[in-house]
Amino acid sequence: MADAPILELKGVSKNFGAVQALARVDFETRAGEVMALVGDNGAGKSTLIKGVAGIYPFDEGEIWIDGQQVIIHGPREAADMGIEIVYQDLALADNLDVVNNMFLGRELTSPIRLLDEFKMEQAALETLDSLSVTTIRSVRQQVASLSGGQRQAIAVAKAVMWNSRLVILDEPTAALGVAQTRQVLDLVRRLADRGLGVVIISHNLHDVFEVSDRITVLRLGHKVALLEANKTTQEEVVHAITAGALSFVPGMIEVEE
Amino acid sequence: MSDESKEEITTPEEFQEAIAYAASIEQDTADVAGVAIAESPDETMSDVLADWWRRVKVGDLGSLPIIIGLLIIAVIFYTQEPLFFSPRNFVNLLLQMAGIVTIAIGVVFVLLIGEIDLSIGFVSAVAGVGMTLLLRLDGPALPWPIAIGIALLAAIIIGFIQGWIITRTGAHSFVVTLAGLLVWSGVVLIMTTVYSTAGTIVIQDETVIGIANDYLPPLWGWVLWALTTIIYAISRISRYRTQRRQHLSTGPITLLILQILAVSLMTGGAVWYANQDRGVPVVFIIVLFFLLLWTLIADRTRFGRYVYAVGGNQEAARRAGINVNRIRVTVFMITSFMAGVGGIILASRLRSVDTATGGGNLMLNAIAAAVIGGTSLFGGVGFVMSALLGGLIIASVENGMGLLGLPSGVKFVVNGLVLLAAVLIDALSRRRRESSGIV
Repeated sequence: MADAPILELKGVSKNFGAVQALARVDFETRAGEVMALVGDNGAGKSTLIKGVAGIYPFDEGEIWIDGQQVIIHGPREAADMGIEIVYQDLALADNLDVVNNMFLGRELTSPIRLLDEFKMEQAALETLDSLSVTTIRSVRQQVASLSGGQRQAIAVAKAVMWNSRLVILDEPTAALGVAQTRQVLDLVRRLADRGLGVVIISHNLHDVFEVSDRITVLRLGHKVALLEANKTTQEEVVHAITAGALSFVPGMIEVEE
Repeated sequence: MSDESKEEITTPEEFQEAIAYAASIEQDTADVAGVAIAESPDETMSDVLADWWRRVKVGDLGSLPIIIGLLIIAVIFYTQEPLFFSPRNFVNLLLQMAGIVTIAIGVVFVLLIGEIDLSIGFVSAVAGVGMTLLLRLDGPALPWPIAIGIALLAAIIIGFIQGWIITRTGAHSFVVTLAGLLVWSGVVLIMTTVYSTAGTIVIQDETVIGIANDYLPPLWGWVLWALTTIIYAISRISRYRTQRRQHLSTGPITLLILQILAVSLMTGGAVWYANQDRGVPVVFIIVLFFLLLWTLIADRTRFGRYVYAVGGNQEAARRAGINVNRIRVTVFMITSFMAGVGGIILASRLRSVDTATGGGNLMLNAIAAAVIGGTSLFGGVGFVMSALLGGLIIASVENGMGLLGLPSGVKFVVNGLVLLAAVLIDALSRRRRESSGIV
């Protein structure tokens, strides 16, 4: 663990009026690992990733990327730093095809400023190929005709196309069937194997244990546990989610481990 | 049918070169196919046909209803009045549809972003009347390019104001442009009556009158035909070539040749038929120019892509970093601009403007044309050429009923039923698509 983590949050807090959504939370993700972020509704998971995404600033605390402290002013800046977020609702345009969705907002153009469809199609094929996404019949079909798992795969592929180094997935398997969940989890694993840092938010502990290396548990805005997936049990995680002692303060976790 | 079937096609001489060329491409790629990617198999002709039939069966009808509708219209009117198919009436039809198609092109854009513009009829009149006033010899007597320029600028500004109000306040485009409809109809009334108590103002410029009243000499008609065929063929063949070079999957070469042939035959037939009478109307070049220009912008530029994205999923567009409001305002400006161009064409055709300019069912016809042509009212689905297809249907029906001398009341009823049929076909095929999983 000599390398600095891709993403490191040091003591970040966020208040919405009187509500403390995050209280001095530490969080980190390393290259090549899948970090699960779990917790009950209102635990602060979304607040945490939105702060990283630049949707709003944290009230206090520091964001470090690759060992350098940064300030993220907006989603564009987060993207420029190699952070991509796949939201639960995916935000794909149903009426556009797979290639157009993957390049939406970042289209490649020819010297005379016309869209370079061929280059985009090729790059899209390469990306899907490198992620072993093989279930899509044609990259020229409309996204509307894809299944939930295929859409998730497109959203993920879209996120990793841009030399991103950290991909945050918000509930990627929430609306999927068994086989599709399997495909998406495999895909998540492959992202980490490619050396990316992956953060996965999920309510499904089965999925979490299947895919993640470490698990960060939030409860009521506090970080209550940081566990290694192969050294813990579902019971322990459930206990942390529902009854994790809030007296844990950031900095004590290393002591516990 | 398979790939070999291209040998069976009898091709005119001018296409033998194209075929030889295409065959050589196939040869080229066959050589590298062994090393190249096998992931994207090319479709054969039978694949394409099977795919098309499969889509039709699940309700993805494409342009099929329009073609069938046109055939029905043609048969009905021809059996009632054989003059319907005369060259003279064909040229009349081209003239009649020019204005409506031009306005409908703008409607396609506003429908694509899921909005509506009800003011187009009177915005077109503001441009037409404004130009006519600026040309008055006893008034400003401006040269025609300046008069047209100012009129179109006014239309663009109107579009900007309406679009700006819609995006800044969040008011629905239906209401804002409905207000626009009232305001601009009043402005047209004021403009036409201030300078002439009769309310009719004659266009006093031969060039402007010529826009919708002049015809190409036969030879130039054929030059136009050659140009469209060449442009179409080059764009299709270069696309095919690039796909081959980059090892992307392509459609069958047979289909490519058939499509180029069909376009060439159809435009050639139209030119030949128009030349039997007065020739191809000059205004049709203007319409063609705008159809091609806006098709290029819609299909091949970032702006066009963003228009579709905004219509398909505004939130996705916003998250992709697209300035959604800028796209929306620009689209309202385009719609107004095309309405202005249409207004100038309509004024030129009548050689004058009056208090009724821009009224009647102009606006509804233009919107109906876009919808009948296949552009969805719900945003994100449609194409520029639907303005031409829908305009052709509307103009054919009006023209045919005019030939039969039907009263206005009957015309309105029939027009309404045609629109209803188009919307019903769209709604039913959409429901069928949804139930079969293809949206």
